Amino acid sequence: MQAFTQHAGVVIPLPRRNVDTDAILPKQYLKKIDKEGFGAHLFDDERYLDPGDVDTPLDQRRPNPDFILNQEPYRRGSVLLAQANFGCGSSREHAVWALQDFGIRVVIAPSFGEIFHNNCFNNGVLPIVLPESEIEQLFELCGRQPEQQISVDLQENQVSWGDESWSFQVDPARREALLAGLDDIGITLERAEKIQQYEARRRREEPWLFHMAGR
Amino acid sequence: MTQQTLYEKLWDRHVVDTLPGGEALLYIDRHLIHEVSSPQAFASLREKQRPAWRPDANMAVPDHAVPTRNRELGVPGIRDGLARQQVRRLEDNCRDLRIPLINLTDQRQGIVHVVGPEQGLTLPGITLVCGDSHTSTHGALATLSMGIGTSEVEHVLATQTLRTRKLKTLRVLFHGELDEGVTAKDMVLAMIGRLGTAGATGYAIEYAGETVEQLSVEARMTLCNMSIEAGARAGLVAYDAVTEAYVRDRPGAPDGAEWDQATAHWRGLVSDPRARFDREEVFDAGALEPQVTWGTSPEMVVPVTGQTPDPRTLPAGARGELERALAYMGLTPGQPLEGLPIDRVFIGSCTNARIEDLRQVASLVRGHRLSPRIKQAIIVPGSGLVRLQAEREGLADIFECAGFEWRAAGCSMCLGMNDDRLAPGERCASTSNRNFEGRQGKGGRTHLMSPAMAAAAALAGVITDVRGL
Ligand code: SF4
Repeated sequence: MQAFTQHAGVVIPLPRRNVDTDAILPKQYLKKIDKEGFGAHLFDDERYLDPGDVDTPLDQRRPNPDFILNQEPYRRGSVLLAQANFGCGSSREHAVWALQDFGIRVVIAPSFGEIFHNNCFNNGVLPIVLPESEIEQLFELCGRQPEQQISVDLQENQVSWGDESWSFQVDPARREALLAGLDDIGITLERAEKIQQYEARRRREEPWLFHMAGR
Repeated sequence: MTQQTLYEKLWDRHVVDTLPGGEALLYIDRHLIHEVSSPQAFASLREKQRPAWRPDANMAVPDHAVPTRNRELGVPGIRDGLARQQVRRLEDNCRDLRIPLINLTDQRQGIVHVVGPEQGLTLPGITLVCGDSHTSTHGALATLSMGIGTSEVEHVLATQTLRTRKLKTLRVLFHGELDEGVTAKDMVLAMIGRLGTAGATGYAIEYAGETVEQLSVEARMTLCNMSIEAGARAGLVAYDAVTEAYVRDRPGAPDGAEWDQATAHWRGLVSDPRARFDREEVFDAGALEPQVTWGTSPEMVVPVTGQTPDPRTLPAGARGELERALAYMGLTPGQPLEGLPIDRVFIGSCTNARIEDLRQVASLVRGHRLSPRIKQAIIVPGSGLVRLQAEREGLADIFECAGFEWRAAGCSMCLGMNDDRLAPGERCASTSNRNFEGRQGKGGRTHLMSPAMAAAAALAGVITDVRGL
């Protein structure tokens, strides 16, 4: 996983609640079997005026000029600001791959869909929860100065904009993994023996769970 | 003795270890896999040369992107090249890692959340995960079941564990007897309407109360299925005689002496009488009417006798969302839902495509015809076995006589990854679980409702109250 320590970038304000992962990455792109190239389809339904599919050449699509990702300076934004329950709905990790491929490293919202929230951490994208009032303040600030960059420091647990700053909390385990870019599976496998011991006990106590294949 | 909720019992039973940061390493008894959320996980395992920890704890089945016509042609019959590649990739991955697979032409193929319980892969007391948010469905059998992302799919494949934190507990109590024509779908839609789509984020919901006790396991699955639409990752129903009868004789269920041993264990899978929940919500199921969503989030729901809301009655900040939803849905403030013309009908999905759902639809449409206003009405059974059963019972004939298309099993128009989709502006009566913008096709307009209500809409050509039929 890509490590995350600090980041500075342009904020893309998306003042909407309940943005679902279907909207972030529509279903037709879920047919791809790798993690590449999803960025061009981030918010595809809103971003283009015509419907697209995986094999529609991008230069034949008509971008919707009213959608924020097609506007300057947001086309080069790397921090997404949204309202409550961002990333609700489908578990598709492709939504995070799309954000990441577009260049987004941080998503700030008052709350997140739970699976999406986990998926972010697992890909080195930092989801930051701030209270509604601070989110509103940020919307106002970036509305006034779209070109100004926001800074995010995970070591200090701090977001800053000019002279103002706000602190945030991140699950300590997730934070550590992000800072070091740790390999979750590798860490878990250090406990392989414990898993085996646990498994042996369950095998004794609930044997019917362990001979499924032949049934 | 300490009084525990069902969730806490399941949790405690499966914690392998507590990690330094406070997360738990939770053992996963069953892992279900489908073609869409798994290829990147398998690729990453391969890249790091990691084996599957316990291949036979997994079961794979293609369901999301598969066509629901010409099933006899098998994988070569999938016209969409990418979908075909995805299903092939699933087959290859399973072969390489020796993971059991139900392939496309197997009669047991179907939506992963229908197949699991049907095959007895989902057994009481287990933990079950799948790279799909509606994994909450399996909680109807007193399991701890959660949706996960692709990175977590990889983690489970490699370690048979999930790193996660304990959820808070919410008990949703339903009292009273449901009216004729009112179903588990209406119960859960009403619940989401009250809690909101993020109302239960961070919680595991246990559904309880005498209304839930009276429900079949299939109906309980409908309840648990849509827990995620209230933000909850897990939904649960306590084990009882109804669960026991459902599980008995399933292909994966224990038999002989093991059955007795298992049931003795399973009977403890209930919340203790004085267990404390972090939160409780109570509903009068006896007063429930059939529910219909009007908007683009499952929380935008009203009784069928109701009307769309008027954004002007809300504070300025909250109006935008409702206005956007109304505009997308082509509706005006204060418009009654009843009488709204429907273009297509979709009866299917992991919420409502089991045999009881189909029986309900058949009982309503028997001897009738689709309204001429309906362009298309499709019935997509949840699995090949549901399809077979429906054919044996004569339901399929009833559907076809009424003008419905009778399809092979899969997710189909629930998410429109195959060619079953809405065209822009089309309005659909759907038994699925999500009415997001574009969910069933770009510009498509979805009204979520029960199978009975969708059947009524199919006959009337408009949204109509099934109780009047
Ligand atoms: S039927 Fe719909 S909700 Fe259920 S697993 Fe398939 S796509 Fe997801």
